[in-house]
Amino acid sequence: MSNFAYFPHTDDDIREMLDRIGVGSVDDLYGDVPADFMYRGDFGLPDAMSEQQVREFFEKLDSKDSKLKVFAGAGAYDHYTPAVIPYIVSRSEFLTAYTPYQAEISQGTLRYIFEYQSMMCILTGMDAGNASLYDGPTAAAEAARMALSCTKHKTRILISRTLLPNVIDVIETYSGYHGIQLGYISEDKGQTSLSSLNSELSKGDVAGIIVPGINKYGVIEDLSGYADAVHDEKGVMIEYCDPSSLAVIKTPGDWNADIAVGDGQSLGIPLCFGGPYVGFMTCKKEYVRKMPGRVVGETRDSDGKRCFVLTLQAREQHIRREKATSNICSNESLMALFVTVYLSLMGKEGMKRVNDLSYGKAHRLYSGLLETGLFSDVFHRPFLNEFTLESKIPANELQRKLMDAGFFAAIEVGEGLVSFCVTEKRTEEEIDALLKTVKEVRL
Amino acid sequence: MKYYDKLIFELSKKGRIGFSLPECKEGETSDSIPGNLKRQSPPDLPQVSEPDVVRHYTNLSQMNFGVDTGFYPLGSCTMKYNPKINEEIANMPGFQALHPLQPDSSVQGALSVYYGLDKALSAITGMEHFTFGPCAGAHGELTGLMIMRKYHFLRGDMKRTKVIVPDSAHGTNPASAVSCGLDVVVVKSDAEGLVDVDSLKPLLDDTVAGIMMTNPNTLGLFEKNIKEIAALVHGCGGLLYYDGANLNPLLGVARPGDMGFDIMHVNLHKTFSTPHGGGGPGAGPVGVSKELVDCLPVPRVVRNDDGTYGIIRSDKNSAGTVSGFMGNFGILLRAYAYILMLGKQNVKSAGRLAVLNANYIKESLKDCYKLPITGLCKHEFVFDGLIDDGSRDATPDSEEIKGVTTLDVAKRLLDYGFHAPTIYFPMLFHQSIMIEPTETESKETIDSFITAMKKIAEEAKNDPDSLRKAPHLTPIKRPDETAAARNPVLTFMDEKNAVRI
Repeated sequence: MSNFAYFPHTDDDIREMLDRIGVGSVDDLYGDVPADFMYRGDFGLPDAMSEQQVREFFEKLDSKDSKLKVFAGAGAYDHYTPAVIPYIVSRSEFLTAYTPYQAEISQGTLRYIFEYQSMMCILTGMDAGNASLYDGPTAAAEAARMALSCTKHKTRILISRTLLPNVIDVIETYSGYHGIQLGYISEDKGQTSLSSLNSELSKGDVAGIIVPGINKYGVIEDLSGYADAVHDEKGVMIEYCDPSSLAVIKTPGDWNADIAVGDGQSLGIPLCFGGPYVGFMTCKKEYVRKMPGRVVGETRDSDGKRCFVLTLQAREQHIRREKATSNICSNESLMALFVTVYLSLMGKEGMKRVNDLSYGKAHRLYSGLLETGLFSDVFHRPFLNEFTLESKIPANELQRKLMDAGFFAAIEVGEGLVSFCVTEKRTEEEIDALLKTVKEVRL
Repeated sequence: MKYYDKLIFELSKKGRIGFSLPECKEGETSDSIPGNLKRQSPPDLPQVSEPDVVRHYTNLSQMNFGVDTGFYPLGSCTMKYNPKINEEIANMPGFQALHPLQPDSSVQGALSVYYGLDKALSAITGMEHFTFGPCAGAHGELTGLMIMRKYHFLRGDMKRTKVIVPDSAHGTNPASAVSCGLDVVVVKSDAEGLVDVDSLKPLLDDTVAGIMMTNPNTLGLFEKNIKEIAALVHGCGGLLYYDGANLNPLLGVARPGDMGFDIMHVNLHKTFSTPHGGGGPGAGPVGVSKELVDCLPVPRVVRNDDGTYGIIRSDKNSAGTVSGFMGNFGILLRAYAYILMLGKQNVKSAGRLAVLNANYIKESLKDCYKLPITGLCKHEFVFDGLIDDGSRDATPDSEEIKGVTTLDVAKRLLDYGFHAPTIYFPMLFHQSIMIEPTETESKETIDSFITAMKKIAEEAKNDPDSLRKAPHLTPIKRPDETAAARNPVLTFMDEKNAVRI
């Protein structure tokens, strides 16, 4: 056996252990594996690296990535991460713990999940939530399936064309295999069309609809009348929302939605090339038992002390197997902790401040871009920190020029349409530098 | 561990803040959002200072057990040591700052991580290529089954709607199959605990999409008939799915691809040392054989002819898109670092030492705990409760005494400073205790676990009442789970916010 820092066995240990087992060598323990399956090569691996070599290997890779100032969103938002969060989240009692099935030695994990569920309900205006899901798009796909079980005997889900494209992709993939029929609600000048919704609803068999709170253009959608329309057809309304924005814009609860889903990444989680993030799901109380995923609840121990446990497990795969509400048997627990610490630090006032700062800076860039004469606003709708303009410069050329100047901006979101996003993290100097670069692009 | 009873909401006091952000200058704020779109009152989040937050979560952490605290003999969970260098690498500021939609040319370092990890995992498992979209093992299963269905669809073979699952399988297998729109057909185990080949044969026809197998299975037994099973399933046009939850004993020893498996997932948070994080984030990359590469989900990283890396974002043969961006990149970094540290020298010890540890525990405890399946195990094995559980029939002089259960044994282990094993799974036995030690536990740790298990066996005979009330030394005693489910309280409530489910 090799001598390696992670493996504690000495040669003497191995010999003593083999003696007790009653075999002559470690390979004898594989006597039941057909000999031709025992692999004799090097598994295509290089020589083992030392810790320093590994560090240098990744530092070199890291240096090959361009360090860009992010002026883009589209489902991943560059908000500031307070120093406290990585400090707490990297504590090994949290980091190296297993799923909290043994409640007696997992009260740390269980309590923060309970706080997380509470905070997500406060933000979304809903009654109950689960312990988190993989990411926003998969949470939306799970919600589609949940809508079917909330309504019984219906097969169709309507999704808005203004949802982020990756959300639509994942819903389509999941639904296609699961046998959910999808219908589409078209868009009208940058917003989900209520008349298209009504005409799709009139075709019947609609279990639920999925509409965004803030859509792929950054437009804050006016969802008045949507819940009534879908409830009249005995379906449920699912809102896909950006949780950070819910501190200042109407919540799924305000719109009378039944299920809220989205990605918690905007609550201070680093971009990290797309993951790990954290999907969330909250709902009205009547649908709690239809939810996928883990749920933490409060109870008492045998001495009467307040404590927390995983609960409502009769929905889950390890009990129900093929009858479970979903195959999900984990959550993004550590990222839920991330979000919980973020929301604790930011609190009531900080969440308003972060949105105010982003709003002001995004509108500054918006005005500046319009002033260049190279862009026009085709929607004229309210937005928070992300907006879409029609660009006279071809989208890919604009993106490349901005990248050369050190910015990631101008994601193409439609024919001739580009989106920008500005969070509180961007400075006025950076905004002005971006505008200067745009002005230098020759048509 | 000491009991700490606060929730962050209970520390809140009006006017306190825990953030540090500049004041808003003059100009527009979110107050300018039209009234019909605006939230009417601010969210009632806690108002706490930064020291409050740090102390609160530090106190919470001290009620938690982790791999860094002690030994987890947790079957099918592979709770190995989580190397610290991996954390530093995943937290390098450059990687952390990458937006997932940045142009390919600006993320060549990140893309080379996908490419390098794909190559390494493929070589270790005998697969052709991997997708990194799935964020967990169960997510990998679902993705793998999507690939399986897509493969059959592309060949115009539309009637394959069944998937065969052994009765010893993890619960996620049947749940994933149903999520993917497949019907589950259960094949039973034989007396040895292996898939019963004679029961399998009549199930095989042209409606079978494939079989999901765990090898070694959840009893820790190598499915030694796998060659025959592969030939039978392939013979009827079906595919073989490998549940990678139990890959660890084969790490550096044998490759699922060589055994006839077509699709598999790998739990990076098990076999490849990334932390479990209290339930996630993990990653469940899915590998496929050569014939299935076109069906892999998008986006997918490829190496261009000029040596640069690019991303395929759509492909008509692809099974689809299974997560928002490119999977859990931060977890992939950790796993890749682990593989590079293993290298060709250390990889060959990993599975072998895990199997050594498991067999050593099994042989050391089989005089106290019922061993329903004897002989060699791989990385894990299952006891079926205590040999003498302390139960006594009623006599004229005394009442009947009920036996100590597996739950009691598990809870008592917490008092001895160990995590509990996986219990009541697999469901083939009534008192299952499933033990998996992993290769990163020393002989001393394992010996002390064995001693504790033997002491508990003695206590079952001499002091069963104390066992039934265990644990005694943890921050809380046994929780009332029935009450939690009957009257769910799922959010923090004060008088005014009370929501009863």
